[in-house]
Order: sequence, then structure tokens, then C-alpha cells
Amino acid sequence: MSFAWANEYKPSNGLMQWLDEKLPLPRFVYNAVGAGYPVPRNLNYMWNFGVLAGFCLVLQIVTGVILAMHYAPNALVAFDSTEHIMRDVNWGWMLRYAHANGASAFFVVVYLHIFRGFFYSSYKAPREMIWLLGVVIFLLMMATAFMGYVLPWGQMSFWGAKVITGLFGAIPVVGEPLQVWLLGGFAPDNAALNRFFSLHFLLPFVIAGVIILHIWALHIPGSSNPTGVEVKQESDTVPFHPYYTAKDGFGLGVFLLIYCAVLFFAPNALGHPDNYIPANPLSTPAHIVPEWYFWPFYAILRAFTYDFFFIPAKLMGVLAMFGAILVWFFLPWLDTSPVRSGHYRPLFRKFFWFGLIPAMAVLFYCGGAPAQEPYVMLSQLASLYYFAHFLIILPIVSSIEKPEPLPFSITEAVLGKDESAVLNANPAAA
Amino acid sequence: MVRLFGPLVGLFFAVALLWSFGNGAYTAIKEPAPATAEHEFHLHPKDVKFASDGPFGKFDKQQLQRGFQVYKEVCSTCHSMRHVAFRDLAELGYSEAEVKAIAKQWGTKQPTFDEKTGERGERDNIPSDYIPVVYYAGQGVPPDLSLITKARHNGGAYVYSLLTGYQEQPAELLKKFPDAKTPDGLYYNPYFANLNLAMPQPIASDDQVAYADGTKATVDQMSKDVAAFLIWAAEPKQDKRKQTGWAVLGFLLAATVLAYLAKKNVWADKKAA
Repeated sequence: MSFAWANEYKPSNGLMQWLDEKLPLPRFVYNAVGAGYPVPRNLNYMWNFGVLAGFCLVLQIVTGVILAMHYAPNALVAFDSTEHIMRDVNWGWMLRYAHANGASAFFVVVYLHIFRGFFYSSYKAPREMIWLLGVVIFLLMMATAFMGYVLPWGQMSFWGAKVITGLFGAIPVVGEPLQVWLLGGFAPDNAALNRFFSLHFLLPFVIAGVIILHIWALHIPGSSNPTGVEVKQESDTVPFHPYYTAKDGFGLGVFLLIYCAVLFFAPNALGHPDNYIPANPLSTPAHIVPEWYFWPFYAILRAFTYDFFFIPAKLMGVLAMFGAILVWFFLPWLDTSPVRSGHYRPLFRKFFWFGLIPAMAVLFYCGGAPAQEPYVMLSQLASLYYFAHFLIILPIVSSIEKPEPLPFSITEAVLGKDESAVLNANPAAA
Repeated sequence: MVRLFGPLVGLFFAVALLWSFGNGAYTAIKEPAPATAEHEFHLHPKDVKFASDGPFGKFDKQQLQRGFQVYKEVCSTCHSMRHVAFRDLAELGYSEAEVKAIAKQWGTKQPTFDEKTGERGERDNIPSDYIPVVYYAGQGVPPDLSLITKARHNGGAYVYSLLTGYQEQPAELLKKFPDAKTPDGLYYNPYFANLNLAMPQPIASDDQVAYADGTKATVDQMSKDVAAFLIWAAEPKQDKRKQTGWAVLGFLLAATVLAYLAKKNVWADKKAA
């Protein structure tokens, strides 16, 4: 692991030396996120979001554990215990708003992290495993967020749970018994609420575990960078500490400013008013919508409105919704271009900015809109592009595209010239 | 394998989507969704300002007391407020003795049950009690009001608009949608989602309540006051939240500036991208 020129950990005093011999934890940290980890020197601010995502997970676990001390996962009192937190628990309102908006912040940060991966093809060899683990983390986050939204037991909690667990009912033959088994009943009730709470508490720690694997896998090839050219020499890198700890510190400050502005001045802006109405199985809300971070996938789910031969529309929607994320697992093998960075891929760039991003924006908008025209037709076109982009366009683009010339090295990209490039290009001159 | 099956899977979804799109487009042209009275006549809440609006907003306690009076004398006949305790009213500026008196004089009493004798009875409310739930026998289900302003889009303005929005059903509506006549026992109100609601106009005439602070009790004023009170009831900690927010943002701004300077300092000897 790591590069030959990485700084080596030297215990600064007797105590640290003693610790290093018994349990080299400081050495581990030093090599993971300290001066012992050489990182490309040209990372831009898009590389801040991994650290921010880690911060969000810690924030969610800390606020969540304290909220769990005051919350009661019972269908009779769950809604009231949430209000008890808001009104009577010391700083309970702040904890709950921090947690609810923390989920949104986590998704904002992770979506930007994934966006970075798409544009700079961070998923390509030798970093496939980092990407695969990242998609696993994203799926776990979605499950955790969904179950967390059920806990306040408001109208959207209840009906969201009903719609999402209803998706399993679309699976042929085993679907309905499976749905009943998952819910512990024919509709969401106490049994469902209890198991959702239990899993909502468990999954973040599973996520933390997969994050450790994600970072472990990252440290084998080292971080990618905006040029997509691999590190060749010491002048291409800087030690993580202090260079990137300082940069991440500033990024964290900006992130917290935005997050706290929402938390303290518009804490309900990202939620749905209906979730302040206690769950009522007898009254269906006019529009059942999930939280904003699920909108693109919800739009794909609802885009299938007609049975396709013998496949019911609902099953098609479910397949497509899960397929929309599962397709990410295959990205490293669908995009076969040897060039990583979108900066040097003229054709890829066009489809990325004028195809994928607008399609995602349309899906995002339509997922939050009511299921009526023109939103349904728009989401059908956008979903069509979405699947075509990953499964058809990307493989074709990567085989026909003529990439622009890459810099010789990161050093050359940063400084404009690289001594070793000159040596390599013209050995006789040396 | 991926390059063989990938495009096939992509085509499968693409064709299925085109199939849905085609069918949907055909239906949309052949039988467009009919216009509805709700769609055409429903109105968004009126533009109304409250003292607690915006990041600098603070509750106007005088107004909250007036609003509470309207709730107590008008709304509480039918609507519960089960998340608010009498002790919470101290935040409106009432003294301890006043809170005690309000609790004691509250019309609905607390039920009691003697486990020894099995006797059921009643006792006066005390400050630690929550406002007793109202059991409503009439038509419709009056919603609990403790969270109503958070449970509706732009809730404060919604409550105000609903209270001041009662009117005759427009002739234009009846002309366009003859079937949409407001049924007997319901009342037309364009601010209500389906235009007809079971609640008769609750604040119907000026001076329905006698304000102690000399404010003229017009229908508009009473509606605004009770809406302001309900904004408080939905989130009594709002003032504290904003106050904390400014302190937090101030600290973060300073910390972020320092972090930026630290970053600049660290990178001074290295050129980045």
C-alpha cells in the first residue's frame, strides 16, 4: 500500500513509542488520514465530499442515538413522543431538526460525491472495488433513510411505508406473502414500526463498517484526481495532512454554514406538511411523495404506466427503480474508455452535461410532482434516456470517442512543465 | 458479458417506457383529464405577515394572548389541542397565578378514576395537565389544532385565509360545474382543498370576543391573532431556535474564515490545480 515516498510514522515520545509497539493505532491513523498518506496535489473541491459524508454519518449517529433515548417505537405513542422531543426534551427540537435535515444533508453530500465519480470516472480500474462498495453504502443509506422517515408515524410515514413495502407485492408468486412477512401484518402497524426502528438503529453501524472497507479499498491505489492521470512520482503528491486536512476543514465550514442555516431558519422546508398529521390508515393523503432524495427513483417507478406484454406495469416499475441503481454496479465495465477524466473526453462530456444531468433533473422534479400529465410523460422520456445513457450510449461513446491529449503527469498539469517528462520524451538530450 | 447484456437490458427498459409513453400520449389526446372545480377555484393562502415570520421574526406575546383568547372562546368548543399543556401558556407572558387560573377555569375537566372504589369523576385542570381533548359529536372530524400550522403548506396564512375566506359559491363555478354545488351542511371556502368544508364560519362578526388590551376585535384581527397563536402552538420553541441559529452562524462564519486562512497558509508553498 501507498507510495514509496510516503512519510513514515515516527513516535514523538516514549508513550507513543510504547503504544506503537503494543497497538499501532496512531500509526494507522497517520497512514490513513495523516502525513503518511500521499494524495494527488491537484484535487479540486469536488474531492471534499467523501470527508463530508463521513462527517454526516457521525452527526446522524450522535443525534440519532440521543433521539432514541426519548423516542418510543410504538404505534400508539410514536407521534406523541416525537412531539414530546420537540416540546419538552431539553434542546430536543434542535436534535430532531438536526437529524431530519442531517439526512437531507447526507444525501446532498453523497449525491455530489457520486456526481464526482460519474464525471471523473472514479469507478474505473484500479478503483472498481471502491465504487462497488460505494454503491452498497448508497443502497444502505436509502434503506436507513426510508425506515427513519417512518418512525415519527405521521401520515407520510405511514403511507410511504405502505407504498414502498407494497413494491414487494409486485414480485410474482411470492410477492404478497413476502410483503406480509416483511411488515408483520397486512398493513404497516406496530410490528412494522418496531422492526423499522430496530433496523434504523442497526444499519448506520453497518454503513460505518462498509465505509471502513470503502476507505481501505481507496488506500490501495490511492485517490484519483481531476486529470485522471495516475500518480507517477513524489512531485505529483502532497501528504494528506496538513494539505487536505486544511482544505477539508474549510470545506466543512462552508458545509456547516449552509446546513445550519437550513436547520435553524427553515427546518421544515425539506419535509412534507402531512407528516405533522398523525398516521391514519383510513385517510389517504392526496399526493403520497417520499422525501426529496428519493424523487428521481420514485419518478422511474411511476413511469411505467402500462403492462408490457405479460409483465404488469407495477412490476416493471419496481424492476426499473432497482435497476436504475443496480446499473451503477456495472459502470466500470460499461464505460470502457481508458481515459478517466471527463475533461479529456469531448463526446462523453456532451452526453453527460446535455443528457444525463438534464434527465436526472427532470426525474427529480417529476418524482416530487403529482402523478399526472405532463409529469408522467416527462418522466417516461427522462427514464428512457437514463437507461439508454448507461447501458447503450456509454459503451458506444467509450469505443468511438477520440480523447483529447492527456498531460504527462499531475505535476505537468499543475505547473505547466515536468522535468521528468522532458527526460522521458527525449532521452538523448539528457 | 456486461457489454453483451447491458445494451439488451437497456433496450428492454427503453421499449417498455416507449410503450407506456405511447399509450399515455394516446390517452392524453383521446380523453384528456376533465377539468375539476377544485383545480380551477382552489386558492393559495392570502399574503399575510406575522411577527414571527423570517429569520429575525419574534412572537408578539400580546397578539399570542389575544389569539389564545380566541382559541379558548371560539375554537376550543370543537377543536382539541392535545400537545399543549397549560404550563406552556406561561410562554405567552401569563404569570404563574394566571396560568393556574386558566387551568382551573377550563370548561372541560380532567377525568378521574378511583382504583379502590371504581368510581369515575372529574377534577379541575392544573398547570401540568395538557389541554383536555374535546369529544365532538357533530358531523365531520375537527382536527387537533396543536400542529395545524405545520401540517399545512404556509400554515399560518392558511389558517387566516380559511377563517376569512367564507363566501357564497361563485356563480361562475356553478355555471361551469353544475354538479359541484356545495352540499347541504357544508360551507364554500376556496382556501379549503376541496372547496367545501363542514365547519361553519367560526369567526363571523366583529367583537365576537372582548379583547382585554383594547385592540379592536374585527373579524380580520381575530383571525390573524388566532393564526399567530396557532403558529406558536405548533412550535413554541421557534424564538429560541432563531436566536440559537444566529449565534451558531456567527461562530461558524468566524471558524470558516479561520479555516480558509489556515488552508491558504498551508498551501502557500505548493501550487495546487
